[in-house]
Amino acid sequence: MSDAANGTVTGTAGAVSLRAEGVTLGHDGAAPVVTGLDLTVRAGEVLAVAGPSGCGKSTLLRALAGLLPVRAGRITADGAPITGPSADRALVFQDDALLPWRTARRNVELPLAIRGVPRARRRERAERWLARVGLADAAGRLPRELSGGMRQRVQLARALAGEPRAVLMDEPFGALDAQTRRAMQHLLVEVLADAPATVVFVTHDVDEALLVGDRVVVLGPSGVAAEVLPDPAAPAGAQRAEILAALGARPGPRPAVKEPV
Amino acid sequence: MRVPAVAVRAASLLGALLGWHLLTSANVRLWVRFDRFPGPLEVAREFGRQLQAGQFYADVAQSVVRILTGFALAAVLGIALGVAVARSRWAGNVLQPLFEVARPIPAIALVPVAILLFPANEQGIVFITFVAAFFPVLVSTRHAVRALPGVWEDAVRTLGGGRARVLAQVVLPGVLPGVFGGLSVGMGVAWICVISAEMISGDFGAGYRTWQAYTIVDYPGVLVGMITIGLLGWLTSGAVELVGRRLTRWRTS
Repeated sequence: MSDAANGTVTGTAGAVSLRAEGVTLGHDGAAPVVTGLDLTVRAGEVLAVAGPSGCGKSTLLRALAGLLPVRAGRITADGAPITGPSADRALVFQDDALLPWRTARRNVELPLAIRGVPRARRRERAERWLARVGLADAAGRLPRELSGGMRQRVQLARALAGEPRAVLMDEPFGALDAQTRRAMQHLLVEVLADAPATVVFVTHDVDEALLVGDRVVVLGPSGVAAEVLPDPAAPAGAQRAEILAALGARPGPRPAVKEPV
Repeated sequence: MRVPAVAVRAASLLGALLGWHLLTSANVRLWVRFDRFPGPLEVAREFGRQLQAGQFYADVAQSVVRILTGFALAAVLGIALGVAVARSRWAGNVLQPLFEVARPIPAIALVPVAILLFPANEQGIVFITFVAAFFPVLVSTRHAVRALPGVWEDAVRTLGGGRARVLAQVVLPGVLPGVFGGLSVGMGVAWICVISAEMISGDFGAGYRTWQAYTIVDYPGVLVGMITIGLLGWLTSGAVELVGRRLTRWRTS
């Protein structure tokens, strides 16, 4: 059932393209959260998905990961239907997704252990990844001994250590304070620059979407409401206003979209 | 000035001994009567006498073997079946009704069943001890599995882990804090039941010896038995607590 069962496809095969066609999502018995969505994520791009809470962006991410079956339509990875979770598509969560009984290093080793990498090699690679996210000194610490920002760095290292073909990020910095958040955004851009993976980055922070994404789509009640290609040369605030308009929000001094209750 | 916890605890035990000594040596009769009740010195002498003889150690060893066998079976089966019932709808539907019917029956009421089922007394007593400890472990495991945050399982699955991985890397470590609560309770109930079972149908053991002393009107002997049971129970529960704390040091609080 796992399309990464052979364990050799990762890393060398490179980024994957993901495609949703006429997809309806939602939990059984409840009203669908997403209806008839068409979306293509090109191989190797960083797609930022913005949208208000409840628009189904997290649900979409879970479906792309293979954790939630579609109710209608189909989702494919390089043309092959996604039927379940796989090491090919790592999911990064908002918080508390590290196994709390494993040290930072042993958390990062997890995808390597699952793939059967020998102990010494996975230890060495986990330490390299921790150094890459600036946590070389925290390898032996338990998650509870790390700050929120450090835990998200470990999560990022863990996701990338498995050399997935796609990284799906569900508001990974949503629980962090503004300053840590900014540092993490820059770290992410830097780390992703040399990772051969397709990235889907879900956020409700418009500035974050513009900073991290090669492309930004705004998810609305009837599918993709707007698409923006972030351009640093564009007049300040113009792209942000465009996204906010698609979100149906008034452009204000606060960059983040206000969460409806 | 702060008094060390150990000192307070020791003082509490000594205070109880002293109170006991005063009540019995003054032959207090205030509705409850202490005039025929053996005092701590008398009991201590009897304890000393028993410690010289081999019988005491044989009884203690017998009870400890029964407890550890029954408890180990209860821990393994309680955790395994608790996980199965909580994670598999099929296992839940098949097993849950049986457990719910069997659970309210006091383990000690199973003595007739044990006598019918098992060829030897020994197996019956271990069976009763097992049943007593099994349900607290089962129930706490089931609750702990249901309370596991789904995100850990999702994380392992999206890192390529299958069912076995999720069980070994998420479920078993994740339920430990809850399971140890059940193991602690189970150990306490196991002692109650092993002693009662020994009193009813044993040929050896701390419970049997205590009852034996009562039938020959040896009251100091009864109290030696009771104190022995109390100390052994404390020791084993303490061991469970210690192991539990060691294994769940990762917890936030």
